[in-house]
Amino acid sequence: MKKYLLVDFGSTFTKLTAVDTKKQDIIGTSFSLSTVKTNILIGYQKALDELYKKINEKIIFDEVLACSSASGGLKMAVSGLVPSLTVEGAKRACMGAGAKVDYLFSYRLTSQDITTLKESEIDILLLVGGIDGGNETIVSHNIIEVAKAKLPYPVIYAGNNKLIDTVKYWFDKYELNYFIAPNIMSTINVLRFEETRKIIREIFLTKIIEAKGIKQFENENRTVLYPTPESLLKASLLLADGYQQETGLGDLMVIDVGGATTDVYSMGFGYPKKTDVILKGLEETYDKRTVEGDLGLRVSAASLRDYLNCDSYFYREDINFKKEVEKRIFDHNYISSNENDYYVDKIMASKCVEIATQRHVGTINSYFGGEGLIYFQEGKDLTDIETVIGTGGGLIYQPFRKEVLKNVEKNQDNDLRPKSPKYYIDDDYIMQTMGLLSEKEPLVALKILKKRIVKLDES
Amino acid sequence: MKTIVIGVIGSDVHAVGNKVIEYTLKSAGYHVVNIGVLSTQEDFIEAAIESEADLILVSSLYGHGEIDVRGFKEKCIEHGLEDVLLYIGGNIVVGKQSFFDVEKRFKEMGFNRVFPPNFKIESALQYIKEDLGE
Repeated sequence: MKKYLLVDFGSTFTKLTAVDTKKQDIIGTSFSLSTVKTNILIGYQKALDELYKKINEKIIFDEVLACSSASGGLKMAVSGLVPSLTVEGAKRACMGAGAKVDYLFSYRLTSQDITTLKESEIDILLLVGGIDGGNETIVSHNIIEVAKAKLPYPVIYAGNNKLIDTVKYWFDKYELNYFIAPNIMSTINVLRFEETRKIIREIFLTKIIEAKGIKQFENENRTVLYPTPESLLKASLLLADGYQQETGLGDLMVIDVGGATTDVYSMGFGYPKKTDVILKGLEETYDKRTVEGDLGLRVSAASLRDYLNCDSYFYREDINFKKEVEKRIFDHNYISSNENDYYVDKIMASKCVEIATQRHVGTINSYFGGEGLIYFQEGKDLTDIETVIGTGGGLIYQPFRKEVLKNVEKNQDNDLRPKSPKYYIDDDYIMQTMGLLSEKEPLVALKILKKRIVKLDES
Repeated sequence: MKTIVIGVIGSDVHAVGNKVIEYTLKSAGYHVVNIGVLSTQEDFIEAAIESEADLILVSSLYGHGEIDVRGFKEKCIEHGLEDVLLYIGGNIVVGKQSFFDVEKRFKEMGFNRVFPPNFKIESALQYIKEDLGE
């Protein structure tokens, strides 16, 4: 029987969860402001003291495991060929590895693009393009330009396999720090990015947490395991699939509304529900994550504002909605405290859920063809999903969370959104840390998830 | 190895012939990228860019091919695929029309070769070999 301390280093808060495997439950949770800019350990120690105070006992933990999304998380750039093919595929690979994709480049990299790559805050570049045996002209141009730019951060090449020698020659010549993975799209519309995901995680653990000052947290019984979103993905996967004789919940969707991004996870193949529907487009992965960098309640409030009709009469008359949103744009640490604040957050979070879901799910469209009406589906059909779980600061601490989550069902039209799911909430904010525990004690992690994620009352 | 992109254009779901084409071309030693049925012009073009294709072979069996391929060649040129060969075959027009006229119209639209109904892919192979030089 072991005692684990699980740590989530967030941009704003450092969150702790203590677990006793004997009790198969949480002993306590605590949080404190993250101290990335000074020394990450200060915030950690503060949160730990808080935890000790709460549970009234100084536990010696057998193992301390951590995940991190501090300093804006894992920022990636993608360079690929066609926007709807290799560029989109590479973007999905990054998101599935827990990264946020800040820059997307398609076709030939221009000198302007190279300047952007050199001067922007990017952690890793994923360079792709061409199916195996496919395009060489544009992709090799991009390889050479990237090499000549001598990018100071790691580059992963996962494009046309016929160009691997070119990559080696040029990247060695200009001494780039690079990795080679199998092509993410070896043939049209078929995506394989397990290896790329693994490399991203490896780079994160060896280089990036060091650059962001999180490495110093590690010692003989303290380890950093994942970028936070990957940890949440692991927890979602475990909760959906179950472990050994302990059953899971089946296909599910998780929505994480935060200050900077809104992330959607779906576990399930989402194949067409009827035999007369034809599946088109890029292949989907069973465990899918999408990140919306323009949807968030604080850091991304400015871009979210564009989707909200701030002058709308539908909002309450006693609230100046425009001003309220601006308050959040200028103060990213703004903490909601009264009923009006919660109301504004509710409107904002609802929009995040609505749009993020729309971008995540597939669509169905019909055509009048030679044999009458033909249906074709692109992306995942998630209409039958029965479990939708809300997590993240933007949802958990929200008094209207059920109402906010219900926006998953909004605007059905051609979207293949969940139709009438049951809603759950990660009330103790432990999904991320349970992903960490699942690495060591999957059964305990699953039992805790099933116990602690609570169903929201029908209303 | 030369690369050929194949698929069925428009709201056409005739899948079997397309599979036969894939099988035959692969057996003849070509790298075949099959984008399947219900494919748009963009689907063909994007697949041709990613695969650096030498030839795009469009199939259409339901009669509306003529409408579906309108502006296809122009779009190819716009995407930098001006040197990629364009073929089309199947029941590409409505009703029974003289193939001589049909071929002329499609060639004017930029297709390098136009095949009449019931023309076997095995027989088309000799033209492909001739054009691709292999």
